[in-house]
Amino acid sequence: MSTHLHREIDKLKKKILFMGAETEETVRKSIDALITRNEPLAQQVIVGDEVLDNLEVEIEEECLKILALYQPVASDLRYVIAVLKINNDLERIGDLAVNIAERAAYLSGHAPIEVYLDFKSMADNAQLMLKQSLDALVNSDTTLARQVRSEDEEVDTANRNMFELIENYIKQNPDRVAGALHLISVSRHLERIGDQATNIAEDVIYMVEGEIVRHQPEDFASA
Amino acid sequence: MSEVIIQNPKISVRDLNFYYDGHQALKSNDLDIAENRVTAIIGPSGCGKSTHIRTYNRIFEMYKGQKATGEIIMDGENLLDPSIDLIDLRLRIGMIFQRPTPFPMSIYNNVAYGLRLKAKTSKNELDDKIEESLIKAALWNEVKDKLHESGTHLSGGQQQRLCIARAIAVEPEVLLMDEPASAIDPVGTAKIEELIEKLKELYTIVVVTHNMQQAARISDYTAFFFEGDVIEFGITSDMFSRPKKQQTEDYITGRFG
Repeated sequence: MSTHLHREIDKLKKKILFMGAETEETVRKSIDALITRNEPLAQQVIVGDEVLDNLEVEIEEECLKILALYQPVASDLRYVIAVLKINNDLERIGDLAVNIAERAAYLSGHAPIEVYLDFKSMADNAQLMLKQSLDALVNSDTTLARQVRSEDEEVDTANRNMFELIENYIKQNPDRVAGALHLISVSRHLERIGDQATNIAEDVIYMVEGEIVRHQPEDFASA
Repeated sequence: MSEVIIQNPKISVRDLNFYYDGHQALKSNDLDIAENRVTAIIGPSGCGKSTHIRTYNRIFEMYKGQKATGEIIMDGENLLDPSIDLIDLRLRIGMIFQRPTPFPMSIYNNVAYGLRLKAKTSKNELDDKIEESLIKAALWNEVKDKLHESGTHLSGGQQQRLCIARAIAVEPEVLLMDEPASAIDPVGTAKIEELIEKLKELYTIVVVTHNMQQAARISDYTAFFFEGDVIEFGITSDMFSRPKKQQTEDYITGRFG
């Protein structure tokens, strides 16, 4: 039986998936801009953030409308609540991508920092987490969502290592502090993207199972 | 999520079956009704929810060919036991119906009706009891100046509160409400819902409703019935946010029923 509510929920589903795809694209571009020192691409990300901002407001209004008009319950209620939160996470990820793009824009105008920093693989991991969390949302796949939670540690470790490498670089090249600090920022933003993807994964678990797993150790939450 | 256990239930239903005209309408129902709480019974039309509560006060016995088996234990007694005095039982378990059923007499006499049945009472005592009951039913302020006018001239919502006043005048322990607000406008419904919230301090309340939002608003526990079975019983907020059974989920989200 297709009710008004379920038609609205289908519409909402399409919108949040579109927002997810847009966010992934924004993150991809910001990393590209950083690695290829591509200033115009960085600018494109910075300007493009408005699209995500508008989408966020639109989706939030849709959720509020559904809550007010249909008073959904059970899985429908959990779906709308999860979308409301994931929407917020995606918008934050968009902001982090903009921050990375701003660093990329700055760095592209300055001489490269001569130290091997594997932003590519760190970014790959963070992006994979984001992709998997969105796949988990599409397929209501809690196994994949739990996998995302366990992957967060890897990105956290990469951030710590990155910090150490850059700290050492600064000690040896005190004249390059400004640029190096931008790189620390990038690392920190990537780590935050991993955190936000973890939040999305946790919201998917709530949506499917009705269980709030945030602030619980992973092994307990999957029990 | 563990099964909900009601400690010291007011009523314990065990293996309750109900038959009429060779048809089985209730199938081995087990249910505990918590004291001084509101328990809502929900389910699609014909699922047995009204039939279920009509066994508690044995009102079904007014009809031929209807039979209940099993146990409905209240305060250690099986209410289905033939030795139970039916007048006494119905004083202890009051009932409110879907359509307000004021008697064709004055507001005063409507509320006095059960009291006069129960015991001989002096005029002063009766006056006090009637005022108290109407206050508890949140109707006093609206009718105190016209107590001797006919109860049937009140609005639907007022009539329903009059029926509640009549039911509580005899100080029952349990109030059964069968769709108490379904024939009442939204303002009257809100008043009745608020009243139910207050009344649970004094009585154990069981409400049958097809209005799920109403069940969600007013009840502490919810039981979902389907085709004569108790499918799921739980804390209302859990039932409406994360029901355990797929049938409950499908019904409350409007995917069937």
